[in-house]
Amino acid sequence: MIFAHIFFYVFAIILVASAVMVVTARNPVHSVLFLILCFFNAAGLFLIAGAEFLAFILLIVYVGAVAVLFLFVVMMLDIDFSELRAGVQRYAPIGGVIGAILFLELVLVLGGWKVSPLAAGLRLTPMGYGISNTDAIGRVLYTQYAFLFETASLVLMVAMIGAIVLTHRDRRRSKSQVIAQQNARNPADTLAMIDVAVGAGVKAADIRRPDPALERPGEVVVLPDEETHEPVLVAPEPRSH
Amino acid sequence: MNWIVALPEIVLALSGMAVLIAGVFAPRPGAFQLTSMLALGALLVTAGLVVIAPAGVGYGGLYVADAFSRFVQLLILAGAALAIILSLDFNRQEAELARFEFPVLILFAAVGMMIMVGATNFMTLYLGLELQSLALYVVAAFARDSLRSSEAGLKYFVLGSLASGLLLYGISLTYGFSGSMSFAQVARALLSGTPSVGLVIGMVFVISGLVFKVAAAPFHMWSPDVYEGAPTSVTALLGSAPKVAALALLLRVMMGPYGHLLSQWQLLIEIISIASLVVGALAPILQTSIKRLMAYSSIGHVGYALMGLAAGTQSGTTATLIYLATYLFMTLGSFGVIIAMRRQGRSVETISDLAGLGRNDAGLALAMTIFMLSMAGVPPLSGFFGKLYVFLAAVQSGLWTLAVIGVIASVVGAYYYLRIVKIMYFDAPVRAFDRRSPSLSFVVAASGIVTVFFIIVAGPVTAAAQAAALALLG
Repeated sequence: MIFAHIFFYVFAIILVASAVMVVTARNPVHSVLFLILCFFNAAGLFLIAGAEFLAFILLIVYVGAVAVLFLFVVMMLDIDFSELRAGVQRYAPIGGVIGAILFLELVLVLGGWKVSPLAAGLRLTPMGYGISNTDAIGRVLYTQYAFLFETASLVLMVAMIGAIVLTHRDRRRSKSQVIAQQNARNPADTLAMIDVAVGAGVKAADIRRPDPALERPGEVVVLPDEETHEPVLVAPEPRSH
Repeated sequence: MNWIVALPEIVLALSGMAVLIAGVFAPRPGAFQLTSMLALGALLVTAGLVVIAPAGVGYGGLYVADAFSRFVQLLILAGAALAIILSLDFNRQEAELARFEFPVLILFAAVGMMIMVGATNFMTLYLGLELQSLALYVVAAFARDSLRSSEAGLKYFVLGSLASGLLLYGISLTYGFSGSMSFAQVARALLSGTPSVGLVIGMVFVISGLVFKVAAAPFHMWSPDVYEGAPTSVTALLGSAPKVAALALLLRVMMGPYGHLLSQWQLLIEIISIASLVVGALAPILQTSIKRLMAYSSIGHVGYALMGLAAGTQSGTTATLIYLATYLFMTLGSFGVIIAMRRQGRSVETISDLAGLGRNDAGLALAMTIFMLSMAGVPPLSGFFGKLYVFLAAVQSGLWTLAVIGVIASVVGAYYYLRIVKIMYFDAPVRAFDRRSPSLSFVVAASGIVTVFFIIVAGPVTAAAQAAALALLG
């Protein structure tokens, strides 16, 4: 049992220290790395409390996805963090006052700790010994709380629709491959077999520079002025965007 | 598991997904029109299901369908449907707004609101609220190339998240001190003895979070900015159905789990109500933008609706429900008129732009006059009945201060409502507005008819509201 206590204090101290470093570190990349350290230590605390499912979910979701995403955001977006911190001196006093008031309230709450006598009977009975966390959550999540589970999935879907609605723009700049159109294309649309007399030159055989790429078979393309016969480099036109 | 009690929500959610798929595969220019029509159909079907679906508690006590949820859900569906009709024409005229996701998001917001009013568990409450809020944040920022709309969406999102945080903190305290998330169990745990300080603090946090969502006075700062910045069709939605849903949720939470703590929260709700009445009476006088004026006026209306809650009785609950029913149609009707304010294809938003509407478009001016007079509480119109019932309820509970302040606020408020009428009829006319579309005229006419002839249906509506209040308190 003594080991559990020692590990608890080790994890807790590192957790609080790295949480302070997340806020105070000058380099934002260091902040994110300290945040990851935070998550690892919190996962350790969960393990000590016997909640192994939460511990691994914390690592997989928060370290694996969220923290890495943070790292990307910090590195890819050009955010001036010194500018964000510029107001600290000015706002520190009022922030301190609000923090103190909230702290006082918390002390009051803990001071007035009195659980309703009927409340004890409402506590859920923990699962028996042979059942793991994951099993126990699975037993209620999809049965008793199926309604909430499905509602949460709707919330996530709305978030996904929202992200697409607010950021996705239908860009016409990129060209995508339409295989059906490629297969529907005839050789006659693109190829012409011509006998060229030796020494006559290609102009006599009415061979022009290649047509621009066609959108679809049989499309009519208006070429630039034929009279000047200037060598024009025909590149695929960037489509309007 | 009695899953059939949530049949309307399930059908609405599934049809939301179906409409989304239809929108993805529909040919581009007509997709918005198509999904809007499908969404209206879905709302209509759901309304039918709400009427015929059996009442009862389902999902192990997570969700309930009773007369209360039925009454409010019908209001929500009506609000969402009218808001979609209002957006039909408006969104097509504004760049970037006619995208097929718009009605889909409104459908999901409606699902969230319906779940909110049927919640009998704090977890259901929170998830329904988040579903509604998240969809509304997105539609508030829907005009993504407009700086004002993006700002409105971001402001709404950041402050809304803060409110959600407060609400969750309050829920966690309630859970910690009472031992359960279920409304019935919390109410039972609170029956015995004096409540602990922690529980009361938790309740105050829950009230703060919910009151923020309805934009009542000390928590109203976000609402004028969001109302002004969001596209007008979105503002019409924000001002109608979500307010009704959040106030109904507040009724359910305060009368249900916290019902036994009436003596603890009555004064708090009274103060919030008075503050909202004062802000709603004084702040609109200085406004030049009609959307900001409507925002402040809706803060005042929330103050009146909270008056019924502060009464803490069955007649108070009835009064609030009637107030919400009348408020919904007045608001949507006036937003119909505001959306019709267009010159040369551009929407105009200042109050002075209404000048001379009485001569340029007599029908529209008459409708706006009806809505303004009804909001001011002039007798034969619907707004009068709402106010009458909440004042009666407040007086019956002995809240004389609140009732007197309410009467004074409605007299002061009449000034700016009548000023709009005066501007429309007596100021020198400016150029006429563009021709209004049939869909706008439909919403304005329908809301106007409800507002004028409310006196005919007042009996059945009152009976329904009484049944709803009985279901909540009984």
